[in-house]
Amino acid sequence: MNPARLMSTTDAIDPVFMFIFGACLVLLIGITVVMLYFVVRYHRSRAPVATSQNDGNAWLEAVWIVLPTLLVLAMFYYGWAGYLSLRNVPAGALEVTATARQWSWSFSYANGRTSPKLYVPVGKAVKVNLVSLDVIHGFFLPAFRVKRDIVPGMKNYAWFVANKAGSYDLFCSQYCGTGHSAMITTVEALPAAAFEEWLEKVPEGAEHHGHDILEKYGCLGCHSEDGTVKVGPSFKGLWGKSVTVVTKGMERTITVDEAYLRRSILEPGADVVKGFPAIMPPFALKAEELGSVLAYLKGLK
Amino acid sequence: MNSAEPVERGFWNDTGTTGISSWIFSSDHKRIGLLYFYSTFGFFLVGVVLGLLLRIELMAPGRTIMGPQTYNALFTVHGVVMIFLFIIPGFQGSFGNLVMPIQIGARDVAFPRLNLFSWWLYMAGAVIILTSLVTGGGPPDTGWTFYVPFSARTGTNVSLAVFGVFIIGFSSILTGLNFVTTIHRLRAPGMSWDRLSLYVWSLYATAWVQILATPILAITLVLVMAERMLGTGLFDPAKGGDPLMYQHLFWIYSHPAVYIMILPAMGVVSDIIPVFSRKPIFGYKFIAFSSLAIAAFGSLVWGHHMFTSGMSDRAVMVFSFLTFIVAIPSAIKVFNWVSTLYKGSISLEAPMLFALSFIILFSIGGLSGLILGAAATDIHVHDTQFVVGHFHYVIFGGAGFAFFAAMHYWLPKFYGRRYAEKPAVMAWTLMFIGFNVMYFTMQVLGMRGMPRRYYDYLPEFARLNLVATIGSWILATGLIIMVVNLFRGLWWGPPFSGNPWGGATLEWSTPTPPPTENFLEEPTVTHGPYDFSALEREVIKTGEETA
Repeated sequence: MNPARLMSTTDAIDPVFMFIFGACLVLLIGITVVMLYFVVRYHRSRAPVATSQNDGNAWLEAVWIVLPTLLVLAMFYYGWAGYLSLRNVPAGALEVTATARQWSWSFSYANGRTSPKLYVPVGKAVKVNLVSLDVIHGFFLPAFRVKRDIVPGMKNYAWFVANKAGSYDLFCSQYCGTGHSAMITTVEALPAAAFEEWLEKVPEGAEHHGHDILEKYGCLGCHSEDGTVKVGPSFKGLWGKSVTVVTKGMERTITVDEAYLRRSILEPGADVVKGFPAIMPPFALKAEELGSVLAYLKGLK
Repeated sequence: MNSAEPVERGFWNDTGTTGISSWIFSSDHKRIGLLYFYSTFGFFLVGVVLGLLLRIELMAPGRTIMGPQTYNALFTVHGVVMIFLFIIPGFQGSFGNLVMPIQIGARDVAFPRLNLFSWWLYMAGAVIILTSLVTGGGPPDTGWTFYVPFSARTGTNVSLAVFGVFIIGFSSILTGLNFVTTIHRLRAPGMSWDRLSLYVWSLYATAWVQILATPILAITLVLVMAERMLGTGLFDPAKGGDPLMYQHLFWIYSHPAVYIMILPAMGVVSDIIPVFSRKPIFGYKFIAFSSLAIAAFGSLVWGHHMFTSGMSDRAVMVFSFLTFIVAIPSAIKVFNWVSTLYKGSISLEAPMLFALSFIILFSIGGLSGLILGAAATDIHVHDTQFVVGHFHYVIFGGAGFAFFAAMHYWLPKFYGRRYAEKPAVMAWTLMFIGFNVMYFTMQVLGMRGMPRRYYDYLPEFARLNLVATIGSWILATGLIIMVVNLFRGLWWGPPFSGNPWGGATLEWSTPTPPPTENFLEEPTVTHGPYDFSALEREVIKTGEETA
């Protein structure tokens, strides 16, 4: 194993799990076995009358007050020490900002690169600054035993290091509404060189490509491109379609055109498609981004 | 089936009025107890159906029988119904009312009409909550925790549901006041504090938690309504508010509320184990004192629900420490219950089976709570299926199974009829197996990283979710057998009279069913609640069903 390998959060937390689970298992088996033994040994068929009317013993009470106290104090100590390793970010960590909104993730890097997936270099600590644009979300990386709530108005953070290249699940752990369970993405751990290459690469024509913009703003968390109905209507075949919308409490039927789509992005509460909840927040896209998106949607048959 | 009319009808006959009004306007604690029992247990069954639907949805990834919004509303309503309409009012309201005044030798509670009013408040709150499901923006979808800012923003009918819970809170406070006063003032001659049954001790500790903690929930819920209706911004960072303040206020009540649910259950178990072992409870004073210790320390550990929230690290340390301290009195109880069995004469009838399985299920729940109390390990399993499994072990496996134990132990006393033993044991077996298949699997899912409140999940979680759903069906089968057998027995079963189990507490010294004012003449207490040698016992074998 590489001697320069950083102690990961998993390395710090798993021994605490082993210790507490081990102690719990011993206690549970002990309680169950003793209880079952008593139930069998002193069952009324074997013991027609109780052979003792003993109703207490101060020494026994002292033993089973003191020993569990020592045990739980040990658990407290190891739990606390392990927790500190989650809070103390190693020096020189790469900083990434995670922006959570209902119901998508966006990760932005110091050089302005943004991505719906969290790309990180292998072997380097990553500090993730957690920002919420609406309600409370949770940043949860099961593989790294890391979790932190993303609270609007609070500067929370988490850190982790991926010591092996690979793809790891990233979940929203704090319930945030209809699309909560769809608010999942991945951590992509790349070898350092590959990560640098990814970080510096500006995808060809990305600023103008509608799909990338939809992904960047998290639109695809709720609106699919393949006809699946998620939280909102699908984008597929939307252009030119005739839909019933609710405008100021009144139902009307309209045909989806450029003006309608533009308004639905900038001011989603104006016309809400019937049968869907009025929950989409406004998205302030730049004029050229909006143009790319509209052109892209027009072609999405 | 032997359906001979029991000789005595006790409080069932003795009333000035008839029909429904002899119940809903009665101030007799036994009638109010049964009102509470049927209303809370009815809501329990509703909650069970909702829970089964949730499990069916989760049996495979993707949409199975409902959409995400319906799922979110269902788990919210499941939680609200089970917590606020069943388990919090259930124990105090039904078995607290039915048994406690008789166990202390009183004719009724201290304030009988206030007692009736509490039930009416409870029903009013329940009706408001039910109304919130079908009016306005539809059933609330916030989870039973009503976390802001989500609960302040969602278009669903949160305000009305929260108002219903607010009303039920008053019912809980008044019941607490009533019980504390009753236990202090209405004990029969000779009923000293060290002769109270441990069930009464647990109700006493619980009543103080109800009185002291519930007002904080009430004011918090009012603030949520103000946030929604007036936009006060107390919890909104854009207006200088703080979402974490809501979490603190909510858990200052809602963690102690867990002890409102579990303490009476511990009391029931402490009463049943000695009776079916024919041996005094081991460590009476330690069990009684540990109830008070749990009530006191349990009020100081709410922050362990917030280790990931962004609360200061020092607060995490203090709350983790206090959480481990509150584990100790629970451990004391478990060790004393098990020791009571030693050299006893143990009879494994249905109430005892439920009580003994309580010890195992509560131990699993309590021990998995140590994982949640330790700051390092809590971070990984917080907000996952592990937590869902953990609290179902404590609240369903613990409080729920103790509630079933109480149903089998005490309801025949009030009906003068009993259930058949064999189906009761069969029901218990199925429930115990199904329970563990379902909730242990959920704990494993949580360890593997599946978050809670997830409508849909990744394929890697599919197999275990299917196992958990199958467990829910086994559990439900046992539950159906239990309910049918129990109520068939209570309504039409063979007579139940005297003291068939050999209990030494006062309810077994009065006729079955008890007369309106409980005792034919005021009892004088001469021995402790588990002093079986002093009991002039006449074991009456009831006609047990043999067919």
